[in-house]
Amino acid sequence: MELNGAQILVQSLKDEGVEFLFGYPGGAVLHLYDALFHQQDIKHILVRHEQGATHAADGYARATGKPGVVLVTSGPGATNAVTGIATAHLDSIPMVVISGQVPTPVIGSDAFQEVDMVGITRPCVKHNFLVKDVNKLAETVKKAFHVATTGRPGPVVIDIPKDITDPNIKVPYKYPRKVSMRSYNPVVKGHKKQIRKAVDLLLSAKKPMIYSGGGVILGEAHKQLIEFTRLLGYPITNTLMGLGAYPATDKQFVGMLGMHGTYEANMSMHESDVIIAIGARFDDRVTGKLDEFCPYAKIIHIDVDPASIAKNVMVDVPIVGEVKPVLETMIEMINEDEKRPDKKALVKWWEQIAKWQALDSLAYDRNSDLIKPQYVIEQLYEVTKGNAFVTSDVGQHQMYAAQFYHFDKPRRWINSGGLGTMGFGLPAAIGVKLAHPKSDVACVTGEASIQMCIQELSTALQYKTPVKIVNLNNRYMGMVRQWQEFTYESRYSHSYMDTIPDFVKLAEAYGHVGMRIEKPEDVRSAFEEAFAMKDRTVFMDFMTDRTENVYPMIEAGKAHHEMRLRVPPGTPVDRELA
Amino acid sequence: MRHIISILIENESGALSRVAGLFSARGYNIESLTVAPTEDETLSRMTLVTWGDENIIEQITKQLNKLIDVVKLIDLAEAVHIERELMMIKIKTTDETREEIKRMSDIFRGKIIDVAANSYVVEITGPSDKLDAFIAAIDDGSIIEVVRSGPTGISRGENGLRL
Repeated sequence: MELNGAQILVQSLKDEGVEFLFGYPGGAVLHLYDALFHQQDIKHILVRHEQGATHAADGYARATGKPGVVLVTSGPGATNAVTGIATAHLDSIPMVVISGQVPTPVIGSDAFQEVDMVGITRPCVKHNFLVKDVNKLAETVKKAFHVATTGRPGPVVIDIPKDITDPNIKVPYKYPRKVSMRSYNPVVKGHKKQIRKAVDLLLSAKKPMIYSGGGVILGEAHKQLIEFTRLLGYPITNTLMGLGAYPATDKQFVGMLGMHGTYEANMSMHESDVIIAIGARFDDRVTGKLDEFCPYAKIIHIDVDPASIAKNVMVDVPIVGEVKPVLETMIEMINEDEKRPDKKALVKWWEQIAKWQALDSLAYDRNSDLIKPQYVIEQLYEVTKGNAFVTSDVGQHQMYAAQFYHFDKPRRWINSGGLGTMGFGLPAAIGVKLAHPKSDVACVTGEASIQMCIQELSTALQYKTPVKIVNLNNRYMGMVRQWQEFTYESRYSHSYMDTIPDFVKLAEAYGHVGMRIEKPEDVRSAFEEAFAMKDRTVFMDFMTDRTENVYPMIEAGKAHHEMRLRVPPGTPVDRELA
Repeated sequence: MRHIISILIENESGALSRVAGLFSARGYNIESLTVAPTEDETLSRMTLVTWGDENIIEQITKQLNKLIDVVKLIDLAEAVHIERELMMIKIKTTDETREEIKRMSDIFRGKIIDVAANSYVVEITGPSDKLDAFIAAIDDGSIIEVVRSGPTGISRGENGLRL
């Protein structure tokens, strides 16, 4: 079969099984868009800004496990996509981004809409390619998908000069079934001896902790994680990226850890004698002060990426391999082992944890006349019965969602954890809704974040992706304001906006339903009404308490056991802003 | 501690910038970097001199290995190895100094490869500290130009870095 470059790309995507292509046309990709015009298999989703395309593809990838695919033009199209690529990179999300490039003969001449996309994206992709020969296009696409989806996943960019997609140059097409790269062979199974060592250490623990992260979700290992955790009876904490891998409503779950994790999760980490980190990367938001991180613990670390091991924290038993096969081997070994977890020690350990839990570190003022953001999330959880896919932007609302929406299943919590990208939530929700049209999808956001990609409300209408936007509107960049309150003596430098749009009218202008909710007693009925409108995107603008802070908190430079807890409600400090 | 890392990398455009970019992005030290194709034209060999404590070097080798284009690498400093660097040094000459420079060059087993009315170019090969010693032995004021290749290295014995 002879095809031109544009047709080769489209056919390669079909052969790769791509359902959705999130993109925006422009000069350098016009041949490609013409080829797309002649086919029905791949559905193109026209966004309103290329950042939206990458986030939507990212949301799709997180909700399905399949790679998200993006098509943008050269120059500004490509640079607009960079934030979304970096977002996917820091959270290890499989994504293939195809960018147009100026024709090969003019590369390097500062041609119209030319940027060095391979150079710009080099530090924020897993790998990138510049295609210089149409005969290598299909193979390059295959390699891109292979690299993006195997090992530690990540985004891959394919930069395609316009002459490569020239409709007049036809070459034989065959999509390679398999690809092998001599320089890329990710490790799958862990080293048996290391796993043995880890099991011995785990079974000798008196105060064990299981600390699992996004790698469990990416590696589809949640079932193994649950089996492993129940088998041992040990407490488990999840990172922000790992929420949903272990059911949040289970009694062994002690909540999220880290900067805004629960008191019990962080104290347990601090006091633990054996920690097993599973698909987690000891991010600074998790560890707090490194010198005082888990001072009494021996640490086991399972990660598919050898470079993640001993990067921030030295570990005692490193295991390089995919989480799923390693956990399977561990479960097998534990079952065969005569030694059992130390029951007596474990009872004592759980008693200690119960004492920390009794502190109720997530408590907030439930008698307030104002809408508390935590309450909104609790109601969202109840009305959706915990079954919604929840995307979020970045800031206080993100932490409230992580703390108060109890995720029992993986791939339901979709947020930008590593890069912390404001503007992620809405386009990601569109991507999720396309993947799961029958499920409820909520985007928890704030009035600052939502405005960073609000144009995608238009995309939501065009492709009928009825998502529910939960805007926690406190008229502040809440998290910035909180840090300014804590560390800059409440000098709120440029962290609030005087001119916030009327979101109800804005939603209506985009063809959606807008609601403003100003009283706590209206919160639940608003959700019930909104989620009953199955085929409409609803923008719920909740006017929340401006002074509310996220507690508990490990402030910068502090350790796990130095958490700042909530000031009792009603004290002057808490009310200072009102 | 100083480490010399040898890398086999796909001979593709941009491969060098991936390595160089990694060092600047992660704040690793880089003292020198040499690169040239090997007998297999699809592969380039890079020799990179860096320094750092054990943990940093471990991270450097892991991060380098993570680059998709890197096929294989070794830290030569971990075993016995040979290092060589090439230097060409242009030195001002006068009737009085010519003989002395020739003698010095002989002592360092250098070669005079260019002779002009008022200058010599001396070529010297050896470990980097030998080249440093030669520079120190020559009067500062008479050095016109120094060109150094940066060290390359190879392990001793029959084992080699190959596919």
